[in-house]
Amino acid sequence: MVDLLEYAVRGIPTGCVFALLAVGLVLTYKTSGVFNLAFAAQAYTSAAVFYVLRKEQEWPLFWSAFIAIVIVGPALGLLLERVLFRHLRGAGSLAKMVTSLGLLIAIPEVVKLFFGSDAKSNPPPLWYVRRTDEWLWPQGSKFVFDAGQVTTILSTLVVVLGLTVLFRYTNLGLRMRAVVESSRLAELNGVNAERVSMASWMLSSMLAGLAGVLVAPLFASLNPIDLFTLLVAALAATVVGGLSSIPLTFIGAIGLGMLQAVLAGSLPTNSVLATGLRPGLPFLVLFALLIFRPGLRSNSEMADPLATVDPPLPVPVAVSRPRWMSISSRTVGVVATMFGLLVSWFVLDGFWLAIVISGVVLGVIMLSLTVVTGIGGMLSLAQASLAAIGAFTTAQVVTATGLPVLVAMLIGAAVAAACGALLAIPVVRLDGVYLALGTLAFALMFESILVPLSWVSGGSVPLAVPRPVIGPWDLADDRYFLLFAALCLTVIALAVIRVRQGTTGRFLQAIQSSPTAANSIGISGGRSRIIAFTLAAGIAGFGGGLLASFAGRANYQASFPYVVGLVWVALVISAGARSIQAAVFSGIMFFLLPATLNRVFSWPENYLEAHQQAPEWMQNLLGLVQPNWAVPVSFILFGIGAFTYAKHPEGIIEAQTNSSVTAVLLWTERRKAKVDATSSMDTPQVSA
Amino acid sequence: MSPTADSTEQPTEQPAPLLQASGISKRFAGLMALADVSIQVEAGETVAVIGPNGAGKSTLFNCLSGVLRADRGTVTFDGQRLESLSPTQRSRLGIARTFQRIELFGGMTVRDHLMVADRARSGRGGLWSDLFRSSKPTEEEHARCQAVLDLLGLDEVQDRSADSLSLGKGRLVELGRALMCEPKLLFLDEPSSGLDRNETEEMSLALETVQREHGTAVVLIEHDVPMVQRLATRIYVLDYGSLIASGNTQEVLQDEVVRAAYLGVAT
Amino acid sequence: MSVPVLSCEDLEAGYGPFRALFGISFEVAEGTATALIGPNGAGKSTVARVASGLVAPSAGRVLVKGVDMTGKAPHEFAEAGIAHAPEGRAVFASLTVEENLELAFRESLGRKGVAAALDEAYEMFPRLKERRTQLAGTLSGGEQRILTLARVMILRPALLIADELSLGLAPMITTEVYRILEKIKAAGCALLIVEQHMDYALALADEVLLLRQGEVTFRGPPGEMDRRSASLLSESLSESLSENPPQQEQSS
Ligand SMILES: Nc1ncnc2c1ncn2[C@@H]1O[C@H](COP(=O)(O)OP(=O)(O)OP(=O)(O)O)[C@@H](O)[C@H]1O
Ligand SMILES: Nc1ncnc2c1ncn2[C@@H]1O[C@H](COP(=O)(O)OP(=O)(O)OP(=O)(O)O)[C@@H](O)[C@H]1O
Ligand SMILES: [Mg+2]
Ligand SMILES: [Mg+2]
Repeated sequence: MVDLLEYAVRGIPTGCVFALLAVGLVLTYKTSGVFNLAFAAQAYTSAAVFYVLRKEQEWPLFWSAFIAIVIVGPALGLLLERVLFRHLRGAGSLAKMVTSLGLLIAIPEVVKLFFGSDAKSNPPPLWYVRRTDEWLWPQGSKFVFDAGQVTTILSTLVVVLGLTVLFRYTNLGLRMRAVVESSRLAELNGVNAERVSMASWMLSSMLAGLAGVLVAPLFASLNPIDLFTLLVAALAATVVGGLSSIPLTFIGAIGLGMLQAVLAGSLPTNSVLATGLRPGLPFLVLFALLIFRPGLRSNSEMADPLATVDPPLPVPVAVSRPRWMSISSRTVGVVATMFGLLVSWFVLDGFWLAIVISGVVLGVIMLSLTVVTGIGGMLSLAQASLAAIGAFTTAQVVTATGLPVLVAMLIGAAVAAACGALLAIPVVRLDGVYLALGTLAFALMFESILVPLSWVSGGSVPLAVPRPVIGPWDLADDRYFLLFAALCLTVIALAVIRVRQGTTGRFLQAIQSSPTAANSIGISGGRSRIIAFTLAAGIAGFGGGLLASFAGRANYQASFPYVVGLVWVALVISAGARSIQAAVFSGIMFFLLPATLNRVFSWPENYLEAHQQAPEWMQNLLGLVQPNWAVPVSFILFGIGAFTYAKHPEGIIEAQTNSSVTAVLLWTERRKAKVDATSSMDTPQVSA
Repeated sequence: MSPTADSTEQPTEQPAPLLQASGISKRFAGLMALADVSIQVEAGETVAVIGPNGAGKSTLFNCLSGVLRADRGTVTFDGQRLESLSPTQRSRLGIARTFQRIELFGGMTVRDHLMVADRARSGRGGLWSDLFRSSKPTEEEHARCQAVLDLLGLDEVQDRSADSLSLGKGRLVELGRALMCEPKLLFLDEPSSGLDRNETEEMSLALETVQREHGTAVVLIEHDVPMVQRLATRIYVLDYGSLIASGNTQEVLQDEVVRAAYLGVAT
Repeated sequence: MSVPVLSCEDLEAGYGPFRALFGISFEVAEGTATALIGPNGAGKSTVARVASGLVAPSAGRVLVKGVDMTGKAPHEFAEAGIAHAPEGRAVFASLTVEENLELAFRESLGRKGVAAALDEAYEMFPRLKERRTQLAGTLSGGEQRILTLARVMILRPALLIADELSLGLAPMITTEVYRILEKIKAAGCALLIVEQHMDYALALADEVLLLRQGEVTFRGPPGEMDRRSASLLSESLSESLSENPPQQEQSS
């Protein structure tokens, strides 16, 4: 009993870390309507600045902290607000979340470009430590907090109290909440929405900075992924507070910290339960909370009452363009695909061919996002895990039974679909952000609890998956595999188009825009959404199997970690959530862009090696370019793609097609007008 | 307990009413929004529910159409108990409704609104037939849509996206969508709000036509007294969640209590 | 002659590619009431939105008390003394009734004025007092309208714009609202009212602006509005011009 209590008290500092992050998220959500996953990236930025100033430049503690937290934090927030989120104010929570995903991907890479991508080990603490045990408190007792923990606890208390007061008693808090709900209505009330929204972002970004600097010393080295995973672990607390109550969030976070400490202390080490459960616990709690906490569904009320002032979104080109145009564009599409295949077949060498194939296979997985997010309106962050389920099943079936790979892939798709359905049943009841969190929790539970198990992934050595042999064709030849993959992609794409245009697609659209109205005409929200989710899971599972077969093994770390899945989501949604071309395009880009950039960025180095006598200025200039820029730069580009989602919620590809269609139509109209004009000019002459 | 209550209110020789709701109560944290309200609607008749703002009229609709669960009370529709059914299931039985704050499907054209409702009613189409059969609308479906478009004068906006419509046209689209469900009972929550007199007139005409041709029963919530007088044969008056009067339209509107509570006329 | 509170010159406006207004000019003089009437989709709400800065005109100018405000943000219009009650549900659903009012009053009346203004609002509409701590999003449709109107009516702005004024209000409240509007007008506040209940609007208005498909087809005092231009709008209007008094007076 006493032990449990001691463990619980030890959990308080961890709980405070969770609280700081969770409260920061809630603050951003309350004041900007963005469920800001990029909070981790903002925290990372301040932590990196602090690291550089304090450790590398050896500035005094106060000034390093001041610059990192009070200057850089708010400045970053201000920048994000001005260039990005102000244009997103009227957008849905989904759009905002995708944008924040893009930022989560891009910001750390930018920071690394600035400060170098080498490991930053042992981040400096935000307190003076001479020897930790000097700060033990209370002295001589069993419960000991060191200086870092005391600092964390005090900062958290100050933050929680301050924010509670801000929201409960000040006019600024009221204005912030008003501006989030409807900046226009707030303006009609005389509130300067722009200024309020800038203040919100500066405040929340400063909090991110504080959290980053405080939390960084917990890790051996400073790393955005660690910060993000910690943030995700804190999500459960935000759900306790219903994304709005700061005191409840705080209580939830402390509870979570204590629970974790108690379990860590009381579970026998080495047991399966302990190894699996410990890392997965926060995600289990998150998932359970999402499903069992009452009152989570009422969040949809936040629609802007003055949204009728906005012009409607453009009608999708597929609907608006004339028939001759869709026929000709389809022809162009087919011809281009053929051409692409021919080039790949005859021209590309092994390296580039492999890249194209991976892209085409990923296109299949991306189509699953088209189904679930574009058509179904649900932001699923678990597609990578579902694809992994497909891959693992394929591998296990092949290893265990020796069935043909193709059959195993179909079984993999079926198992993934079944898992998808199981996940969908509890999750589709939730609204936008909560649904995304539910799927994210699933992805993390899968990663931390199931993937390490050998009956799932085959243990530490990835299971091998052979290439299929279809009749006379052995797909071990990459070129045959490319044809096969392209065929699969085409079939699935056609199916997705039919679903989108068919009754299912329409029903889903209806449910998305007004669930109550859809129910009132007899469309069952749950059913249609479960169908969409299951179908998407099946597609993802098939794509996962295909990817494993191409790579030769079902390698989770290489292909399916949840962070990679997040990049996929940002990529495909910014290219166009509803569009088939966008899915294929983003699948290919995911592999092609880094590879191409790598070539581009390594060109100077190769050039200099070949031309030793190049003038000095040229050597200096070209020497600046590093080949290892490729990955950061392509991630930045992917991230920037998601920003454009703000301007074109229909997606870049869709917007481009739209504008070119308009241009062509204008051009034909003008020609017609010209012809008419000349003929009408003729007429009077004739009559005269 | 309800059968006895019924038999005292209604002579037993009459056939069972289309909708019979008895003793509906609904409480929102500390506020009795509905207190023991009973109404009944015969097939093919038009009934109005009136009352001051916040009397509980929309709450009553929500309880009857399943959007809200009533705390107490029974609802029988067409011989079937409704209390445990979801809004979707109730709609399939033949109950359609419109909303006080219009609820349209943003981004869909007016025609699509009707088409979707038609598909939902007929049950045609599903994942299987989307994938392996044509999901194009058939001739019949087109005809049904066109009939409603013509009836409501929505023909010229049929290809406009719903969120570019003015308030008045939006109301008509909502009504059209409800009509596509070919309901036996139609709940209309303030159908005339946002329409001018002329358009209200047209809507009344359309409703009368529907009623004549399909025998649909209509329950109206209205603040437009002339429209109520024109359409409704009976009225229920709610105030602070309780029924304060009910009966023949003209008689109820002359009632002193009603005039004091609703029309604002000093007694 | 004092400068008009609001004057619009050759306004054109629209939504994306869609044009809703085609060259509209009118003025609202200090302390007068203007009724904006017209069929569905005529552009009444668009005029109201342009006049409060919600929609920026694509051509033409908007002047408030003689100052050019074209392209300014709505909060600057609010500071200049324009209060707009938009059509439909125009409340902050996630704030309580009291917070909604507080927000509105705090900006223009300051911390001191809020308490008095709240009292006045609750006295004007007792219903709001009963529902004080309820989230505005869960109010009934009519109660939300009352809240919207209370916000602008307490402020006594230089110009009060009300879109679909009596929409969703029970007859009793409608009468009450018009009684208060009379008072506000007498206190020197100009009114621009969009209304489907012609009888009420015409009784209050000094000037009528008849809109059809984005253009002004009639402008002048209600008395001068001849049967012809009225019947252009609708038969019901010409009826109401001829004899039909409002429902309430009939019954009393
Ligand atoms: N957000 C919008 N996007 C596109 N078009 C719109 C939008 N809002 C209104 N319109 C169009 O602009 C025109 C004028 O609309 P407005 O709302 O001003 O009409 P109104 O006179 O207020 O009509 P009502 O009496 O029905 O409210 C209408 O044709 C309408 O369809
Ligand atoms: N979710 C809720 N929580 C608390 N109170 C509610 C809720 N929904 C409605 N109410 C209250 O219940 C009462 C009845 O509301 P209802 O919407 O039924 O009124 P109504 O008769 O339709 O009025 P109106 O004519 O204004 O539309 C109102 O006072 C409203 O504030
Ligand atoms: Mg109502
Ligand atoms: Mg309008």
